[in-house]
Amino acid sequence: MVTGYVIRKNEYHDSVFLMRVAKRLSEQKGILQAAALMGTEKNKVLLEEIEVSDPEIWEATPSDLIVAVKADSQEALTTVLEDIERWLTMDLGSGAQYDIRMLDEAVALQPHSNLAVISVPGSYAAREARKALEHGLNVFLFSDNVPLESEIALKAYARERGLIVMGPDCGTAIIGGKGIGFANSVRHGPIGVIGASGTGIQEFTTLVHRAGSGISHAIGIGSRDLSDAVGGISFLSALDALESDKQTEVITILSKPPGPLALSNLIPKILQCHKPIVACFLGLKQESLSTDIRHRTARTLEDAAALALQIVTGNLLPRFNAHSPRIQTLIQRERAGKNPEQRYLRGIFAGGTFCFQAQQILQDAGIAAHSNAPLHGNLRLANPMRSEEHTLVDMGTDDFTLGKPHPMIDSRLRRERILAEGQDPQVGILLLDVVLGFNASPDPAGELVSTIEEAKREAKKRGGSLSVVASICGTEGDPQNLQQQVKVLEEAGGIVFLSSAQAARFCALLATSLSEVIGVK
Amino acid sequence: MSNKLEELLQQGPVAINIGVYDFADSLRSQGVEVVHVNWAPPAGGDTDLIELLDKLL
Repeated sequence: MVTGYVIRKNEYHDSVFLMRVAKRLSEQKGILQAAALMGTEKNKVLLEEIEVSDPEIWEATPSDLIVAVKADSQEALTTVLEDIERWLTMDLGSGAQYDIRMLDEAVALQPHSNLAVISVPGSYAAREARKALEHGLNVFLFSDNVPLESEIALKAYARERGLIVMGPDCGTAIIGGKGIGFANSVRHGPIGVIGASGTGIQEFTTLVHRAGSGISHAIGIGSRDLSDAVGGISFLSALDALESDKQTEVITILSKPPGPLALSNLIPKILQCHKPIVACFLGLKQESLSTDIRHRTARTLEDAAALALQIVTGNLLPRFNAHSPRIQTLIQRERAGKNPEQRYLRGIFAGGTFCFQAQQILQDAGIAAHSNAPLHGNLRLANPMRSEEHTLVDMGTDDFTLGKPHPMIDSRLRRERILAEGQDPQVGILLLDVVLGFNASPDPAGELVSTIEEAKREAKKRGGSLSVVASICGTEGDPQNLQQQVKVLEEAGGIVFLSSAQAARFCALLATSLSEVIGVK
Repeated sequence: MSNKLEELLQQGPVAINIGVYDFADSLRSQGVEVVHVNWAPPAGGDTDLIELLDKLL
């Protein structure tokens, strides 16, 4: 094994571009691992962890690019590093029409701008957001690792001026039919959304779209907005704006459980709103809500879509029916080939909200699961890299993504984990999520297919069978082609649902059925 | 005082993108007007120096 690196002084690239470069390099013959990172202190430590270390690397600054490679031969290493210019320029500058370096220049060029989309590293993000607000721009702040006190200050400043900060850590918004960040192509319509979770917004809006209705606006507020510390500052701005918005007929709130103080302040606002509101606080027991609000709450993202659709169209969303012939046939079929020891479910998620929701659905079905991001009442995995009994893993957490591409962009981490689960003789069911839309992987299902087939083959060799259940979040208008994504997963033997809640319900049913076969629960 | 958020919802986004280039690209593909800023860490990424410069300017 050999390692090598190249440093390019004063050459900054964004994180998504660098992930793409690293992915391409790691796919080359003889390359065991590749990293393309800016020279921040954190990144330099990461490089040391993968055994690429040199005093020259420690002298690099956050403006310097470092490409580091671990290879099985000197030849493979040299081939990649000597050609680094080509790898870096492959799709560089694809379409940047002007070389604009400062926000001021951009505002001068496009003075009617009304939104800044900011995705710079967290330690610089608050500064850029503040400048944007000073220019009178609303802010979509994708960056994470923004200090809490900066978030509060930015949001308070924005609210005083009739602006909003969507984020930090905001993955998704849809404004007037235009998707920002990781969003899907959905119909314009009467349902407004305020969401503290990006994948939660994606799931909800695609369910609404596929049921024939549409979204007026989906306003992301960031994962911490409804904490007691922030107190829902952006939530309140979003609620006011959607209440005034003529196109919005119903407002849906999507979030993990808010802080208790934030929730108690928020409930009167919800009750005072003159438009109907549907709230989905995933993981929050309905008993903990006062009776005046309970009838407006939904347990899952799908329940929220069903309620909102019923209000605006009067139509009912087709729901999961455990007794339907299709489900019963699938359960019988999947049960048939199992070894008695194959009783455990493993969920390997790209979307944290899907992992959280699946835990809730399993818990409601009496199934406790381990997780690296456990729902209240579930068990935390001792080691996120090793599953125990029933396990649902959120592969988008820092446990997995430090210095590595997020599974929504690159499936490599998930593929490795799927293979590891497939080698465990006690695993009977794999649950996966596939997320389509702008900025997601161009072929997320296709990237998983050969791994799914291999995991299934392993189970078969042991005389058993592995059930693979997948949910796809997307629409026919998404760049990845929904129908094609469903087809490739089904051809690989996957059972596909277009709702993450339904996929989890099916898994709960199958897991219960498998435990009944061998007499344990 | 005008409410800029309500204006954003009524008019639709006209965006300035700072950071990940792909976000500008996906907005353009939906017909949104976007100016992309080729951002790089100011002052070589030295946060203390940035703070000092912000105070001086």
